Amino acid sequence: MLLELDNITLAYGRIQALHGISLTVGEGEIVALIGANGAGKSTTMRAISGLRPVAQGKIRFDGADITKMRADLRVVRGVSQSPEGRGIFPGMTVRENLEMGAYTRRNRTEIDQDMQRVFDLFPRLKEREKQAGGTLSGGEQQMLAVGRALMSRPKLLLLDEPSMGLAPMLIQQIFDIIVEINQQGTTVLLVEQNAQQALSRAHRAYVLETGRIVKEGTGNDLLTDPAVKDAYLGVA
Amino acid sequence: MNFSGLINDFGPLTVTGLAQGAIIALFALGYTLVYGVLRLINFAHSEVFMIGTFACLIVWGWFGLDQNSAVPSFGGMLVYMVIGLVVAIIASGLTALFVELVAYRPLRQRNAPPLAFLITAIGASLAISEIVGVATHRNQRGVPPVISARTVITIGDTHITNLQILIVVLALVMMFALDRFINGTRLGRGIRAVAQNPDSAALMGVNKSRVISLVFLLGGLMAGIAAVMYDLKIGVTRYDAGFMLGIDAFTAAVLGGIGNLRGALLGGFLLGVLQNYAAGLFGSEWLHAAAFVLLILILLFRPTGLLGESLGRARA
Ligand SMILES: Nc1ncnc2c1ncn2[C@@H]1O[C@H](COP(=O)(O)OP(=O)(O)OP(=O)(O)O)[C@@H](O)[C@H]1O
Ligand SMILES: [Mg+2]
Repeated sequence: MLLELDNITLAYGRIQALHGISLTVGEGEIVALIGANGAGKSTTMRAISGLRPVAQGKIRFDGADITKMRADLRVVRGVSQSPEGRGIFPGMTVRENLEMGAYTRRNRTEIDQDMQRVFDLFPRLKEREKQAGGTLSGGEQQMLAVGRALMSRPKLLLLDEPSMGLAPMLIQQIFDIIVEINQQGTTVLLVEQNAQQALSRAHRAYVLETGRIVKEGTGNDLLTDPAVKDAYLGVA
Repeated sequence: MNFSGLINDFGPLTVTGLAQGAIIALFALGYTLVYGVLRLINFAHSEVFMIGTFACLIVWGWFGLDQNSAVPSFGGMLVYMVIGLVVAIIASGLTALFVELVAYRPLRQRNAPPLAFLITAIGASLAISEIVGVATHRNQRGVPPVISARTVITIGDTHITNLQILIVVLALVMMFALDRFINGTRLGRGIRAVAQNPDSAALMGVNKSRVISLVFLLGGLMAGIAAVMYDLKIGVTRYDAGFMLGIDAFTAAVLGGIGNLRGALLGGFLLGVLQNYAAGLFGSEWLHAAAFVLLILILLFRPTGLLGESLGRARA
């Protein structure tokens, strides 16, 4: 297993957000995490990337225990996150934002290659290369956040609601790109409100409810599960 | 009001103001750098400066220089100048790192509220200046004549000295170097990343603690240079030398737009010059009062200062 969460609990002050989350992500998979607002999806992502310390439980990544590791060192190990709300550096250009994604790397040729790859995936970003991140549209910022997360050449890519705020046509496109990134060899853990899309693209998925995992299965299983259909797929 | 005084002395007041402003600008960079990254007014920065004013004196003393020494030869001047700058830079830089490590880092690790940082900042400032005050019996120390101020350019009745030129040029060069570092290097980009979005910076692999130390160090280096220039210009220093000039420097930082490096430079020069004009107009006892009236007026119309924030988060 590339990533293994073992009974993670996490609290914001007195608010307990995660009550013992256990999940795994295997190398090469796309795993989706779905759930209602406030279920704890983003919190789970923050625990994995190290933005928030966990109270209990263990996080294992690529053979090592990273439970207590600083967030910046997890990036070096191969964890990369496109955060909820995008987290663009507003005062930096698109190119500088992408350079930031490669902050832990030194090999200039490889960085330039990866920058080219991001521009190939998102031609829009190439057009906006010299524009300040803060002046991009929401959709462009979302592309920048995903592209920037790729720039560290991660083993595991954490995407927190990459389709948020995108026009319907762009939503199709971003999911296509996620599958493409995955097929190029990057493991993906995907948080989505858009459960229909997420489940149809993911190999496996977990359903989160108020800080607990209540269901898991292959994407197809969950797509046809009546309870999931009822609660998350908006089909009566 | 003495308009003829201002008009008659316009040239000299401008030149004096620019030299004073250059020192204020270098000093102000420390406030603006730390604020840009941490949203913290590091009041102890005035003591980072003050330590620099003493450090070079002490080392010059080891070379047998005191305020009654003869002016050294040109070669000697260069050597002493470089030694003084290096020593002050190291002393101020280390003081800044020390303050960060001892006063602020523990608070950060405990997620302390902003008020705790503010009180600690004031406390650290007082503690350092009082320790030096006690150690020096609150006496002022004279500065050896490392450089003899001579007029080298005369325009009308405005005389410009070699020291004034040195101060202004040094400030501009340092400012340029700092700007290149922040905007043109990987580490500089790391600083800007933490300033603009600390969580995202961590997700990019930036070590926030290291960036914070670096920012304190850079502010300390600039204050060290300002300290040597201050010594040479004023001729004496004291345990409270940082206090009044610190207020000027802080004012300059706010005037230019705190968090904005170029703003600190602009604010410093502007404040230096305007203070001297005000002194010409109302008499020198009004120097500080006039500066603050100006500050209040500017902030009424431009609350983010003249250039706004650039290092920091852009305002949405
Ligand atoms: N910074 C915070 N401080 C306090 N409580 C928080 C914080 N962030 C999240 N929470 C709480 O933790 C719980 C889980 O939030 P989280 O953001 O992980 O949910 P989510 O599943 O990502 O929801 P959404 O779909 O709305 O993004 C919620 O009850 C939320 O109110
Ligand atoms: Mg969320």
